[in-house]
Amino acid sequence: MNMVRAINSALDVMLGRDPDVLIFGEDVGYFGGVFRVTDGLAERHGVARCFDAPISEGGIVATAIGMGAYGLRPVVEIQFADYILPAYDQLVSEAARLRYRSGGEFWAPITVRSPYGGGIFGGQTHSSSPEAIFAHVSGLKTVIPSNPYDAKGLLIAAIEDDDPVIFLEPKRIYNGPFDGRFDRPVSNWAQHPASEVPEGYYTVPLGKAAIARHGAAVTVLAYGTMVHVALSAVEESGIDAEVIDLRSIVPLDLDSILQSVRKTRRCVIVHEASRFAGFGAELSALVQERCFYHLEAPIERVAGWDTPYPHAFERDYFLGPDRVVVAMQRTLKG
Amino acid sequence: MSNWPPLRFHVPVPAVRPGDSPDFSHIVVPPAGSTRRPDVLAAEPDLRDMPYGLVRVLDDEGGAVGPWDPGLSPSELLRGLRAMMLTRAFDSRMFQSHRQGKSSFYMTSTGEEAVGAATSMVLGRDDMCFPTYRMVSYLMARDYPLLDLINQIFSNADDPLKGRQLPILYSARKYGFYSLSGNVGSRFGHAVGWAMASAYKGDHKIAISFIGEGTTAEGDFHEALTFASVYRAPVILCVTNNQWAISSFQGIAGGNETTFAARAIGYGLPGLRVDGNDFLAVHAATRWAADRARSNGGATLIEFFTYRVAGHSTSDDPTRYRPADEAAHWPLGDPVDRLKTHLIGLGDWSDAQHEELEAAVRQAVRAAAKSGEAVGTLGQSKPDTSEIFEDVYKEADWRIVEQRREMGC
Repeated sequence: MNMVRAINSALDVMLGRDPDVLIFGEDVGYFGGVFRVTDGLAERHGVARCFDAPISEGGIVATAIGMGAYGLRPVVEIQFADYILPAYDQLVSEAARLRYRSGGEFWAPITVRSPYGGGIFGGQTHSSSPEAIFAHVSGLKTVIPSNPYDAKGLLIAAIEDDDPVIFLEPKRIYNGPFDGRFDRPVSNWAQHPASEVPEGYYTVPLGKAAIARHGAAVTVLAYGTMVHVALSAVEESGIDAEVIDLRSIVPLDLDSILQSVRKTRRCVIVHEASRFAGFGAELSALVQERCFYHLEAPIERVAGWDTPYPHAFERDYFLGPDRVVVAMQRTLKG
Repeated sequence: MSNWPPLRFHVPVPAVRPGDSPDFSHIVVPPAGSTRRPDVLAAEPDLRDMPYGLVRVLDDEGGAVGPWDPGLSPSELLRGLRAMMLTRAFDSRMFQSHRQGKSSFYMTSTGEEAVGAATSMVLGRDDMCFPTYRMVSYLMARDYPLLDLINQIFSNADDPLKGRQLPILYSARKYGFYSLSGNVGSRFGHAVGWAMASAYKGDHKIAISFIGEGTTAEGDFHEALTFASVYRAPVILCVTNNQWAISSFQGIAGGNETTFAARAIGYGLPGLRVDGNDFLAVHAATRWAADRARSNGGATLIEFFTYRVAGHSTSDDPTRYRPADEAAHWPLGDPVDRLKTHLIGLGDWSDAQHEELEAAVRQAVRAAAKSGEAVGTLGQSKPDTSEIFEDVYKEADWRIVEQRREMGC
């Protein structure tokens, strides 16, 4: 399965298992979603289980919270993560705090799915990576898969989780693992082992990172599309790096990170989002605080530039393996 | 050169300001009983005059007149009266407690007690109210323990919300009262989602939600009405128009151009405009909308027309922006006085009984306040410090575990 099919399968499995799961968002019903992620679900499970919503991100998340408080497990889609901001108040002021402020009386077990990230000539409003603005919010969880197997297992875990989960889907790798090389033909998932996705129910636990490649020379922390960019950088440079796919931003698998850095003594952090106050800053601070005496070199952050996401400059902006290689080489000299 | 005159920028201002004589001459008050009562399942296009009327039952002499008389029994009327009087006594005591430094903050609902009390009596315990912060009367009408309210206001060791919330941002699930939040309007859409969920499950529960007239300007208002209309959610969406949003008169929220109830028309929803100081009218209109919702007729928008008698909060001085005696001139009077007069007119009540009840509710509040003070007032007592870290997530992650340890709790 590619990533689109895997996510579709997760939704299909959960609609089948739990009558309290329902899906809505813009164009997700009859049409099956602009990325085909909800294709066939309305037909198979009925229009009440998977339906179209008005173009109102705030309204979608607000009603989902109300449904969650009632006892349902709504899975809503925000068509692009760039358009999640109208719902930011609902996510931050309401979903994230409902359990806390009500002394545990109410909570919102909602999942907010949203395609995110660049590399597709999406310009300023179809490319952004907003994970850091959610990571800073106590009460939210944020999950970002990097392959079909994880996408399905993590999404099922997110839907079953009793806390609100932002589930960001790297749309650049919906159909194949993109490594940042625009000059090479893009492969599809079929050749990738993680495209082996069971048809039925399984979960990948939230808060557990995966080691995408074992290595000893340097630890590379990445998630989403950047996992593939990092793996490509490792392959091209021949550096024996350990690539960790975080999978969850929150909860963060700190132990896996620390264990790896204490072994390699070097750390490179890679994300598409802008650098300043990006999630890499938090990762860097955590590693510095807890691995200070192990580190042989300054921690490197390879990230998007601190500009809005540009259109014509896509290939200058989207970070590819070359920048990761340079950063790894710098830490090895350090 | 253009032949058009220069454009003029319009900023609405209230008719009067501090030092002026109160003037409510622009408010048209139709006689009680003069607004028709349509069938609860009437088609929306046949209801478009309703948002411009004013549902009123109690006339100037306290008689119940016209098609909206809900026909409540004397005991139900007394229950409503008691809830309103209890609210007023509670507000008065808690305002005073704030001035004595026993709490950090308070907001009274003086003049608006009928809105919460009457709607509360229409909705059941299984239904859910998504309230504003000015609706403690909703809880008073269903006998929520006064001591729990007071402990929340004092943020003491017995605070049901464990010291996490500003005073009066209550949560009372078992009483059908949803968690409040300081950011206005953001629960209006939750009510719609909750109602959609009830319909989705084939249940019988409905939701009611409130927003102030000032907050109707938020996007949440538009979103909630759109979703309520599109999915025919069994929800009653209410605007409490008390004329004031802190210092801004209702014209700043768009109230000079049309009524807030009339917003419903553009969404294809019924809109009712109701005398918010008339307990019987509030009850009857809510019952109409509840019956409509329960029979799959979908949502209704109700504007409760009332007046915010007191300051916005303990942090506000209303004499800085409106005449000090404006409340006394409010043409719809006082909700407690009007229901009292009605009950006396029925022969079911007397001035002496009223005074007795007033003393009784004041005594109940005083006793509860004393109990709350015995637990502790602000700063003298608080829940266990570990409560900072509970309920952020269902299960704490390592950050929370570490930080709790760092706090030493």
